[in-house]
Amino acid sequence: MFYREAGQFKTTYRADMATFPITQDRIGIAIILMVAFTVIPYFGSNFFLHAIMIPFLIFALAAIGLNILTGYTGLLSLGTGGFMGVGAYACYKLATIFPEVHILIWVVTSGFVSAAVGIVFGLPSLRIKGFYLAVATLASQFFLSWCFIRIPWLVNYNVSNAIEVPRRTLFGVHVTGPEATPHARYFVVLAIVVAMTWLASNLVRGRIGRMWMAVRDMDIAAELMGIKLLNTKLLAFAVSSFYCGVAGAMLVFLYYGSAEATAFSINQSFAILSMVIIGGLGSLLGSFLGAALIFMLPLLLPPFLGSLGLSIQAATAEHLSFMVIGALIVFFLIVEPHGLARLWQIAKQKLRVWPYPY
Amino acid sequence: MRAPDETTIKAGQTLLSVEGVSLSFGGVKAIRNVSFDIRKGEIRAIIGPNGAGKTSMLNVINGFYHPQEGQITFKGIKRKKMRPHDAATGGIARTFQNVALFKSMTTLDNIMAGRTLRMHKSFFWQLLRYGPAEQEEIEHRRKVEEIIDFLEIQHIRRVPVGRLPYGLQKRVELGRALAMEPELLLLDEPMAGMNLEEKEDMCRYVIDVNNHYGTTIALIEHDMGVVMDLANRVVVLDYGQKIADGTPDEVKANKAVIDAYLGVAH
Repeated sequence: MFYREAGQFKTTYRADMATFPITQDRIGIAIILMVAFTVIPYFGSNFFLHAIMIPFLIFALAAIGLNILTGYTGLLSLGTGGFMGVGAYACYKLATIFPEVHILIWVVTSGFVSAAVGIVFGLPSLRIKGFYLAVATLASQFFLSWCFIRIPWLVNYNVSNAIEVPRRTLFGVHVTGPEATPHARYFVVLAIVVAMTWLASNLVRGRIGRMWMAVRDMDIAAELMGIKLLNTKLLAFAVSSFYCGVAGAMLVFLYYGSAEATAFSINQSFAILSMVIIGGLGSLLGSFLGAALIFMLPLLLPPFLGSLGLSIQAATAEHLSFMVIGALIVFFLIVEPHGLARLWQIAKQKLRVWPYPY
Repeated sequence: MRAPDETTIKAGQTLLSVEGVSLSFGGVKAIRNVSFDIRKGEIRAIIGPNGAGKTSMLNVINGFYHPQEGQITFKGIKRKKMRPHDAATGGIARTFQNVALFKSMTTLDNIMAGRTLRMHKSFFWQLLRYGPAEQEEIEHRRKVEEIIDFLEIQHIRRVPVGRLPYGLQKRVELGRALAMEPELLLLDEPMAGMNLEEKEDMCRYVIDVNNHYGTTIALIEHDMGVVMDLANRVVVLDYGQKIADGTPDEVKANKAVIDAYLGVAH
């Protein structure tokens, strides 16, 4: 009833091709952004910002990265954790070698290092597809994990063999290191994630996004239309790895504070992949929804069970949440294989005609 | 938009010629020493019984298969083998026998994808979108809307093509090929599996494309009525060999063609 586009006529192609062509969507996104930038930091506790919002946003960004590769270009990758690690370690090396350059510049620059590594591991994608490519990217994951553990140069020969995040400030406020408040870090993460999401949405709606999707849907036809398969796939690998790299750098510098190689293990790759599948392949919104579900569920489940009066041990609660997530994944794959984003679309379609059935 | 030296071929002159092309897959000889030409502005039909090598011939022309022998001359440039990308930049577009659309993309996006080669704004403008990239997008959208109007598919603009019925998919595929503004359009059985009305519509579009845009068309078709009505000249293949070449009337009267289609008592 309220979500209806009747009466909204477009008279230019520009209006028709806008990011949010429907007025209600524009209002909705404005409200979400306003809440994210004002209400959440104002009312949110330190715990809420640090333990929920920051990692949620970072994982959503990594999911966008993987979605560009797997959802938009159709190249299944199990190397996400590795590419995130490349970003994190590159950021650490750059920040310690050139401490005078601002840390946020390095957070973004580390994405380029990750992109370069992504291109190298993307080269086989011209010849191999589907599960076989997944196995090839799995190899990259193991190779990169090995590098993180075995090359002490990457962590400046720290005895702990971990990244120790240096203290850095932005406008005189600590944004990294132990003194940084959750609020400061939250704003930095939010700004980067919003900006990069906007760039990604521009990319996927334009010529490049169509090239990616064309390669995904029917590579032979794409080739015969003059789309160069290798270039297109490598571009997808580069952009995807860039996003994952920035997410990885933020994960260490703005969330963990210090990290070992295990933070970028195969488990991370699987977690991101399940976010993308649950959220919806080929949807930026889906990346956020998937990240929210996979990341927040284990956090929200124990308090929820507690409120039901079930007092259970922490370890049991953790196992329980794994089981619930597993069951939910199976449930979603059966009920809606196209993910939460499709559910949202269906809901919007229903709203559009409500209260009539069609 | 095209370089001036490429437009020198006038109507009636040879646009593409195939000389002595042979193609085999292992021991199977798909095409044996076939030569024919396509003149600019004509509708050229390639016919033949099933397995005669018609689709293989199209695949050779747009560079998907590389023949073992023979060469292809397109717009005066000789090539031992064409590459798909060269064929596309040179102005060859095609549709497929079993529709090869981008299934999860909308009609609009499918046809827009056909204009990829003509869009040049770089990655960084695409990232920003506002400004030059959007301007370019709007220019091409205008062209695409012309094609959508031409093919009368306005109502399915926003529908993912995977959900469309077969006849409409064929039409969208034609639209995608037209979006490339090709000089030579290869149609692989554009009317296969259609009912009479859809066939008549498709014929009308083929003729209109030929008249309106001046596009040279090479088409494969099994419906003889359609072929004889549409084509200016017909080449007949059988078991990979050329058995006849000429106007529809000449081909119709050809003994070898009748034998190939009706069978011959041995």
